[in-house]
Amino acid sequence: MNVQEIRSLFPALSRKVYGKDLVYFDNAATSQRPQSVIDEWNRISSESNANIHRAVHRLADEATQAYEQARDAVKDFLNASAREEIVFTSGTTAAVNLVAFCFGEAYVREGDEVIVTEAEHHSNIVPWQMMCRRKGAVLKVLPVDDSGHLMVEELGGLLTDRTRIVAVTHISNVLGIINPVKDIIAECHSRGVPVLVDGAQGAVHCRVDVQDMDCDFYVFSGHKLYAATGTGVLYGKKKWLEDMPPYMGGGEMVGTVSFAETTYAPLPMKFEAGTQNFASAATLKPALECINLLNNNELIKYNDTVRDFLLDRLTSDGRIRLYGVPRGTNEEKIPLFSFSVDGVHHEDLALILDKMGIAVRSGQMCAEPLMDRFGVTGMLRVSLAPYNTMEEAEYFVECLNRAIDMLV
Amino acid sequence: MTLIEAENAIVEEFSMYEEWLDKYEYLIELGKSLQDYPESAKTDDKLIKGCQSRVWLDHKIEDGKVIFNADSDAIITKGIISLLVGLYSGRTPQEILSSDFSVVEKIGLKENLSPTRANGLVSMIAKIREVAAYGTEGLV
Repeated sequence: MNVQEIRSLFPALSRKVYGKDLVYFDNAATSQRPQSVIDEWNRISSESNANIHRAVHRLADEATQAYEQARDAVKDFLNASAREEIVFTSGTTAAVNLVAFCFGEAYVREGDEVIVTEAEHHSNIVPWQMMCRRKGAVLKVLPVDDSGHLMVEELGGLLTDRTRIVAVTHISNVLGIINPVKDIIAECHSRGVPVLVDGAQGAVHCRVDVQDMDCDFYVFSGHKLYAATGTGVLYGKKKWLEDMPPYMGGGEMVGTVSFAETTYAPLPMKFEAGTQNFASAATLKPALECINLLNNNELIKYNDTVRDFLLDRLTSDGRIRLYGVPRGTNEEKIPLFSFSVDGVHHEDLALILDKMGIAVRSGQMCAEPLMDRFGVTGMLRVSLAPYNTMEEAEYFVECLNRAIDMLV
Repeated sequence: MTLIEAENAIVEEFSMYEEWLDKYEYLIELGKSLQDYPESAKTDDKLIKGCQSRVWLDHKIEDGKVIFNADSDAIITKGIISLLVGLYSGRTPQEILSSDFSVVEKIGLKENLSPTRANGLVSMIAKIREVAAYGTEGLV
């Protein structure tokens, strides 16, 4: 399928804003949905709406099947060794919170240490900070260098016999550099430390094989990878998920309940208390089928040309400071570009681009420590999906130049 | 010019711009013309919450009139506050409170700026009203 055929699957892409063709360059925040995802949500809502896992009637059976088939699809997508290792959450944030809380309860004591990186989204910082505060543990930070790469060479010095877990992003939502998570995991494991990988961007742009990567936890959101909003995935190695206490208590996460004692349901239900967002979770299946369509060589080649074009333009303009510049080949960079323009406020640029029909992100991108690291109050970010075209990229560069000229 | 006349003049001025980018050009020029705001007055108590960009609003009372001065690190926001400062600065608290502040909606800024920005605008107007209300009670 070429890019135009792919675009035709996403109804939102053909809309206009302010009378202009929409150029949607805010995919790292949320991606647009293909018709198949919208149809699946509608199908469940209009035909098979019933609470899952509980009742024996037909509708409940259909809803449960759709939900559990989505789990199988996620298992295959991640190449997890068992479906019990796939827990549905409301998103990446919820998944990190779950692990930070439950892992903290089980294994973290006063004086222990947790390592995160300077490149993390707030969602992969704050839950760990909260846990450390609760447990009297210490949060340590692996820095990034000026080009936006993790200073992996410093990891060895940060790891101690008190390190309980390392949380690292697969790809920063600001820098867009694919981090060497496999090497990081190998080093941590050699010191007996498990690793959580934040895959909010990574799951969208990389082929993830959790067995090959050997991560202990991998978390991502559905809405950034073409599924409905309110969906997220926690992959966890069985040994951890079995050993950790549950997160929330309540409906369907139990074995037996009495006032004296409650036993918990087996995985993955142990971590899925309460009525799940089943209509949305079910859309993960058509969303992952869509990912398979996007993984074709013709399109990948095309997407790479668009990325290379933008990378070239944003690094060759003296007024623009790009954060997250590849050191080796362009292959280590996803089509996500955060930058600032000398003497121009990111918000002004975003407002003007919006009126030109281009949706971009401006601000701190939920990564305040990283903004501080680069000494800025915010950045402008353009993040592309495989359905974005070279014409859109060229139009963006033209509009960006016009906007800068208006502002300086 | 009374406040109502001044508000109407701005609405008329903006109605000439059919294109959004022309409105922005105008706001950018306004922003650039806003008088110097001292760095020393960029303190947290003068910072207005709700904006993605930062806005500082300072005021004093002279001869029974409220004098506003403001600044922002973003130029379009600065244009909007320049507009508001131009309208409401140098007026009595009673005059300010007589306005329904619909000028912002009438020139299309409230709907068309981003929600975070609109909230900043709302906060800014609330602050101007608050200052005027204190003024009528002789508290400023």
